[in-house]
Amino acid sequence: MKPATAAAVRREAAIATVALLVAMAAGSALILAIGQSPARVWGALLARTLGDAGGVAQVLFKATPLLFTGLAVAIALRAGLFNIGVEGQLVAGLLACGVVGGALPAATPGLIAVPLCLLAAATAGGALGAATGALRAWRGSHEVIVGILLNAIVGAVVLWLGDAYLFVGESTRTADVVDGARLATIGPAGTALNTAAPLALAAAAAIAWLFARTRTGARWRAVGAAPDAAACAGGGVRRSMLTAMTLSGAIAGLAAAHYVLGYKYCYEDGVGRGAGFLGIAVALLGRGHPGGVVAAALLLGLLSHGGLVVSDLVPKELFDVLTAVIILAVAASTPMVRRRGLAALTRGARRAGLSGVAADGGAP
Amino acid sequence: MTAAGHDPAAAASLITGAVTKRYDGRTVLDAATLQVRAGAIHALVGENGAGKSTLVKIVAGLVRPDAGAIAVAPGQRVGLVPQHGALVPTLTVVENAVLGREPGRAGVLALAPVADALRALGAAHGLAVDPWARAGALSVGEQQRAEIVIALWRGASLLILDEPTAVLAPVEVDGLFAVLRGVAAAGGAVVLVTHKLDEVVAIADDLTVLRAGRVVRHDVGVAGHLDATTIARAMVGGEPPPRATAPPPPAATAAIALAVRGLHVADATGAGVHGVDLALRAGELVGVAGVEGNGQRALVEAIAGLRRPGAGRIELGGVDVTGATVAARLAAGLGHVAEDRHAMGLVLDASIEDNVALGREAELGAGLGGWILGRRARRALADAIVRDLDVRPPDPTLPARALSGGNQQKIVVGRELTRPALRALVAAQPTRGVDLGAQALIHARLRDAAGRGVAVLLVSADLDELLGLCHRVVVLHRGRLVGEVVGDALRADGVRGRLGALMTGAAAAEEAA
Ligand SMILES: Nc1ncnc2c1ncn2[C@@H]1O[C@H](COP(=O)(O)OP(=O)(O)O)[C@@H](O)[C@H]1O
Ligand SMILES: [Mg+2]
Repeated sequence: MKPATAAAVRREAAIATVALLVAMAAGSALILAIGQSPARVWGALLARTLGDAGGVAQVLFKATPLLFTGLAVAIALRAGLFNIGVEGQLVAGLLACGVVGGALPAATPGLIAVPLCLLAAATAGGALGAATGALRAWRGSHEVIVGILLNAIVGAVVLWLGDAYLFVGESTRTADVVDGARLATIGPAGTALNTAAPLALAAAAAIAWLFARTRTGARWRAVGAAPDAAACAGGGVRRSMLTAMTLSGAIAGLAAAHYVLGYKYCYEDGVGRGAGFLGIAVALLGRGHPGGVVAAALLLGLLSHGGLVVSDLVPKELFDVLTAVIILAVAASTPMVRRRGLAALTRGARRAGLSGVAADGGAP
Repeated sequence: MTAAGHDPAAAASLITGAVTKRYDGRTVLDAATLQVRAGAIHALVGENGAGKSTLVKIVAGLVRPDAGAIAVAPGQRVGLVPQHGALVPTLTVVENAVLGREPGRAGVLALAPVADALRALGAAHGLAVDPWARAGALSVGEQQRAEIVIALWRGASLLILDEPTAVLAPVEVDGLFAVLRGVAAAGGAVVLVTHKLDEVVAIADDLTVLRAGRVVRHDVGVAGHLDATTIARAMVGGEPPPRATAPPPPAATAAIALAVRGLHVADATGAGVHGVDLALRAGELVGVAGVEGNGQRALVEAIAGLRRPGAGRIELGGVDVTGATVAARLAAGLGHVAEDRHAMGLVLDASIEDNVALGREAELGAGLGGWILGRRARRALADAIVRDLDVRPPDPTLPARALSGGNQQKIVVGRELTRPALRALVAAQPTRGVDLGAQALIHARLRDAAGRGVAVLLVSADLDELLGLCHRVVVLHRGRLVGEVVGDALRADGVRGRLGALMTGAAAAEEAA
């Protein structure tokens, strides 16, 4: 969105830091209200999460799916679109991954099984993203509305398909994926951290490169920041909307690497729910930059795991509240939310006469 | 008579005080003053960006100064007609008039009396308005008339008009000035913000010149003694750059580079084009004159590929591009300097380099068929444009937002004129809101482009620009070309009157006959 000048990066980092400080102040007040010492709780939180290898591994484990969904939202934001359908794309990707992984011949080697499962996940998520993007680009249907509807539809269709055809017996899970499709665990014994984590980091690096160094990235930014200018420059406004939403959905679906191939080894109803919506928070907190998204995913992973490890001192819900406070603080301080979120919501309505340019993307 | 502060008439000023205003650490107004006498027309002039709009917004209480304060004499009501209209487009004129002070009882609006009052007031001042028209459906000129009438209806005794003539035809300007004289004669005061010096000479009693936020000249009672050159020197703080002249005309045998045939473009606001035929030879500089809102936008956007014509054809170098995408047209040799550089010409948050490469990524690409951005190629192009057009500050990594309007426009013009295989350039209001130095440079580059065989279609609201630069000027009125002035006739006496008459449609019948 902004040139990566040092000043711009500093400003973005400052906003995130302020949000964090606000959340810590609010958290301290809550801890005091519960009758605990903030210093003791924060100290315990840090010691038990980052103090040993097992804790660090759990933080990374919690951060991995948020990194996928956060990147997904950041891609759409780059092109000026608000992908609230990330939740449905994630669920579709999980199911597709579980079904393909379970249907492969038992002896399929990992080098074939893993890519096939991931392809299925990315295709399912990407198809939903593509549908949303196409509806937005060619029919003018707002991506937020379409995304919300698709989330509901995906939830219902997954249950129906599962009950009717895919789930094992009376359960709400698919058959286990073949051995070859399972991702290796990494890190100390007892953690579920697996090779989906480095995969997510690689995805972040690839997306950062895509944003900064390719025509696709340049066009997404132009479409997101100045749609009329992009149209005037022949920048393929509609195509950019389609490609950004497709890749966004595909990356959301790839979170299946973590949940299905690295953790549960099957699709299980309910697993991963909410990670899509949290991805929106991660993307906003990370200010839409892949690097920022990595940092934000780690932070939310830390809070999520931290809630568990200090639950003897304070209820773990406290950390859900903290997450919410951080999101609010970022939202309140970020012009991006106003510009990309609310502005996107009202853009359609405001557009008349000339500014219809971007919406139609030019003559055929 | 000069030098604010030593002025005997200052005591009678309706406005007192000096203000300083900074934006992002930049001083936009530096202890600026404005001394306005009742019964006088006061011209506030200065180059674009001098701070005129900011100063009048402070007077009207819309912007808060960082230091100092401005006081308006007791009993005076300020009515500001802002530079960029302030009517709510979805409301009618009368609804706009009562906005925030809705008359009536128990929540029931009583608009009819207000509408009658507006109509009467308009009639009395020769400013016809339809109080029941939706503001968004009015042309820009009509909106401005409505805003003036509303200001008068609200009882403004100190009427401030910010660049009101930018969208008016010459005769309309005369009508407006008559209204302003009437207001002043009735004991009111008028502040006319403008950068058109012939207007100042024609109407001003008093004068304030702003340069870079400072008052550099303040004259009282100068009606009839002013000359434009003196004011221009004060505005720019030196000799104003000479105006560009037309390049030598192309040979009559030069090929047609850009042609529009039987073009119809519908438009929701009624500003479409209805059967335009126009052909430009390679190297020909053709101007399109007209009051804004007479189809200029529809014409430009249809040629650029942003709007689909209802009928007719557009040809580039003899090839029909009517159905081609924007990208295909640009690749085929079209350049487009869009009217609204902020929304359409630039990505303001992106760097100068990124803006120079906007839409030209493939051409400047490094690998994979141009998919990978060529950093060296774009830097080289950005450096060349920055150097050639004297962009300041000369740092291609700065975001476009950090540049002044004139320098922003240089980026757009530079990008469009450096397209490889450029055949035809459509430039819509390329010098609007840019300072005189940048204006002169842009004119010179358009002239050079025509000299190397590019057909240039220059759409402008500035008659001086068109008369000075073009080989031929056509007039667009209500979506039709109603007249044409060619060659030496453009330099003849009375050409402005003739064009002005065409622009308002007064001469359309006669020309057609
Ligand atoms: N809201 C604003 N934020 C930042 N800069 C502004 C704002 N309004 C005006 N400016 C800057 O202040 C300067 C004076 O602007 P303005 O008063 O509009 O000049 P003028 O009306 O004389 O052309 C310009 O450089 C302009 O960019
Ligand atoms: Mg102004």
